Amino acid sequence: MKKLLLLALAAIMALSCVACGPATTDDPSKKSEGVMTYAEYAAAEFDSKVVIEAYVQAKQGHWTDDQGVSKATFYMQDADGAYLLYDMPCSKADYDKMTKGSKLKVTGYKSIWDGEIEIIEATYEFLPGNYVAPVTDVTDKLGTDDLINYMNRFVSFKGMTVEASKDKDGNDVAFLYKWDGSGSEGSDLYFNVSLNGQTYNFVVESYLCGADTDVYKAVKALKIGDKIDLEGYLYWYNTSLNPHITAVKAAD
Amino acid sequence: MKRVRMLSLLLVLLLSIAPLAACHGSRGLDEFIIPEEFDTTRSYEISFWAKNDTNVNQTTIYEQTIADFEALYPNIKVKIQPYTDYGKIYNDVITKIATGDTPNVCITYPDHIATYMTGVNTVVPLDGLFADEKYGLGGSELRFDGPTTEEIIPKFLSECVIEGQHYAMPYMRSTEACYVNKTYVEKLGYELPEVLTWDFVFEVSEAALAQDADGNYLVNGQKTMIPFIYKSTDNMMISMLKQSEADYSTAAGEILLFNDTTEKLLATIAEHAGTRAFSTFSITGYPANFLNAGQCIFAIDSTAGATWMGTKAPLLDIDPSKLVEFETEVMMIPQMEPESPSMISQGPSVCVFNKRDPQEVLASWLFAQYLLTNEVQIAYSQTEGYVPVTSKAQESEVYCDYLSREGEDNRLYYDVKLQAAKLLLENTENTFVTPVFNGSASLRGAAGQLIENVTKSMRRHETVDNAYYETLFHDIRALYRLDQGGATAAGRAELGPMPPMSIALLATLGGAWVVIGICFALDMLKKRKK
Repeated sequence: MKKLLLLALAAIMALSCVACGPATTDDPSKKSEGVMTYAEYAAAEFDSKVVIEAYVQAKQGHWTDDQGVSKATFYMQDADGAYLLYDMPCSKADYDKMTKGSKLKVTGYKSIWDGEIEIIEATYEFLPGNYVAPVTDVTDKLGTDDLINYMNRFVSFKGMTVEASKDKDGNDVAFLYKWDGSGSEGSDLYFNVSLNGQTYNFVVESYLCGADTDVYKAVKALKIGDKIDLEGYLYWYNTSLNPHITAVKAAD
Repeated sequence: MKRVRMLSLLLVLLLSIAPLAACHGSRGLDEFIIPEEFDTTRSYEISFWAKNDTNVNQTTIYEQTIADFEALYPNIKVKIQPYTDYGKIYNDVITKIATGDTPNVCITYPDHIATYMTGVNTVVPLDGLFADEKYGLGGSELRFDGPTTEEIIPKFLSECVIEGQHYAMPYMRSTEACYVNKTYVEKLGYELPEVLTWDFVFEVSEAALAQDADGNYLVNGQKTMIPFIYKSTDNMMISMLKQSEADYSTAAGEILLFNDTTEKLLATIAEHAGTRAFSTFSITGYPANFLNAGQCIFAIDSTAGATWMGTKAPLLDIDPSKLVEFETEVMMIPQMEPESPSMISQGPSVCVFNKRDPQEVLASWLFAQYLLTNEVQIAYSQTEGYVPVTSKAQESEVYCDYLSREGEDNRLYYDVKLQAAKLLLENTENTFVTPVFNGSASLRGAAGQLIENVTKSMRRHETVDNAYYETLFHDIRALYRLDQGGATAAGRAELGPMPPMSIALLATLGGAWVVIGICFALDMLKKRKK
C-alpha cells in the first residue's frame, strides 16, 4: 500500500512539473569555470572579449545579411543582470530551439552603440538548464541615475499615463507608427507615457512584437490619458531609456 | 499491362510538361517596344517602391505626387510601397525578379540595377523612351511639364549609364558633408581652414582627447568624446582612394581595391582608431547624435541627413536636455589635395521594370518621368540637403527663392540644410561615382568593411601589422565573394537564397526524372523476366 501511495505521489509530482511549462531548473547565479559573473561583465571594458552564461528571455528579427549569414538579437538574463546579444549569427534551426529560458554560453565582445550596451560578434553553445527571469518593477527608478543599471532587464512600469504624440498632420494622438508617424500597420509603435510630470518615449518593436500580438493591438487601442501598467525589456537609446514594451494593461 | 505502360508514359509526359508550363517567364521577358499610342481606354495599376529617409515630409510628398499624377492620368493608379532602407528594396527586388513580380517603378541605386539586370530584359533601357517624340522627356503627349533630356544635369544623368545605356534616371542627388562643431575646434586653439584636410581633422581629433584627472574631456567637460565619426565607411574608403588617385576597380569590373594605397590608408585610420579619436557609425552610433550632444567634433554624413545636424536641427534624436550649444560649420569632406577636391555623388535614382504588357510599362514610364517635374523635385529636395537633378528645377524662381532664404527659420529654411545643398550645387563638377557593374555593390561593402575591421581590431588591442592586412584582405575578398573570378561571380552571389518557387520547379523536374528512371528500370526488369 505504501509503495502504491509513493508511486502515486511521484506520478502527481511529475505531472505537476510538466504542467508548469518552462519552470526554472537551474541556479541562474552559478557560472561554469572561465565564465564571467554579471559583476565581472559589468566591469569589463568596452571592446573587450567577454564570456557569459545566461538564459534567453526574448528574441527578435531572425534575418540573413548580404553575405548570407543568418542572425538574430536576443535578450538574455541571469540572476544578477541582463545582456543584449546583438545580431548573433545563428541558424534558423537553432533560433527556433532558443525558447524563453534556454541557457546559452556566449562568447563575444562587449560593445556600446548609441548608449545601448550589447554583446556583438557573439558565438554560443547550448547548455542544459532553464530560467525565466521575474519581472522587476522599476517605476520608482524612473528619472534616477540608478535606472541605467537595469538596462536590458525584463521590467515593469506601473501607473503611467498615456500622453499625446503629434502625428504628421499635427494632431494629438495616443501612438505613432514609427517615431514620426511616417509608418503604417506593422511598423514599430511609438507612444509617450508620463509619471510625476516627466514624459518618456516607449516603443513596441515590430520585430519583437508584431502586429498580430496582444501588446501591439493593446497599444493601438490606447487613448490619451489612459492609466496603464507596462512590461518590457529596458532598451537604452542615446542618453535615455527606450523600453521595448511587451505587455500593456489598464493600471491596477 | 499495356494500360500500365501507357499510364506511366502519360504520367512522365505530364510531369515533364508541367514544369515547362510553370516556367513561363523564366526565360525572361521580351524586349520592351514602345507602343505607338498610350491606350487611355484601359486602366493600369502600377507599383512604386520608394525609399524615404525616415522623414515624414518625404512620405507626404510621395502621397501628394501620386494624387497629382492620378488626377492627370485617371486611368493609372499608383500603389506605393514605402521603405526606409535601400538594402531592403534591393533584397526584395532580387526575390521578385525570380518570381516575375517586380515593382513597376523603383527608387534605387545604379549599383543595384546592375544586379537586377542579370535577369533577361528585367529593367527597361530608357534611351528610347527619353527620345520618344510623344511620351519621351518633354514629349508632345505628356500631360505635365517635365524636363527635356538636356535639362537633366548631365553629370547626374551619366551616373545612370550601365553597359552603354541609361537604365535609370537620377531622382535626387546628395553628397557627403563634414558637419563641424566650430566652437570646439576654436576652443582647442585651431582655426578651420577653407578646405579640410585629413591631416587637420585627425590632428584636431587627437587634441580633443585630453582629459582631466577625473576622466572628463577638457573640451566638453563630459565623459564621452569621439572627435571624428564617419557614417558611411564605404564612402570613406572610396573617397580616400579617389583623392589619392589610387585604384579601386575598372569599369569592366576588375577588382583593384586590395592594393598598397589601401593598406597605407588603413594604417592611418588604425592609428586614430587606436586612440579612439576616430570611430564609425556601425561601431559607435549616429554621428548626429554625438555631434548634437557635444560629444563629436567632425561628423561626416550625407547632405541628405542635414536636418539632423546642429543645435537647432529640426529633427532631433536625443533628449533635448542633452543638446549642447555650438556653431555648426558645413564643410566638404576632408581632402588629400585641397586645391583639387573630390567628393562622392550619391542619392536615389529611379528605374522602370519591364512587364509583358508594353502599355503597362508606358504607364510606369509616365509616372517615373513625372517624378522629375519641378513640383516634385523642389518639394522633395527641400525635405533634406538634397538638390534637384534638373536644371529646370535648379534654375526655377521657386528654388532660387528657397536658396536665398537660408536661416530664415529652423525648419524649411534651416541654415545647415541649405548650406549642405549649396555644397553640392557649388561642387557638382567635383563629384564622382564609382564604376557600376554586376558586383559593384559587393565591392562597396568590402571597401567599408576594411575600415570597420581595422577600427574594431585597434579598439580591441589586436596587433595590426603587415600580416594582419594580408589576412584582412584575404578574409574580406572571401566574405564578399570577390575572389571567385571577379565581379560577375560576386553579383551572382548577391542573388541570395533561391526562392521557394524555383525550388519547387527544380524539385518537380527532379521528380519527373526519377519517375522516368523508375519506369525505365521496371521495363528493363520485365524484359529480363521474359
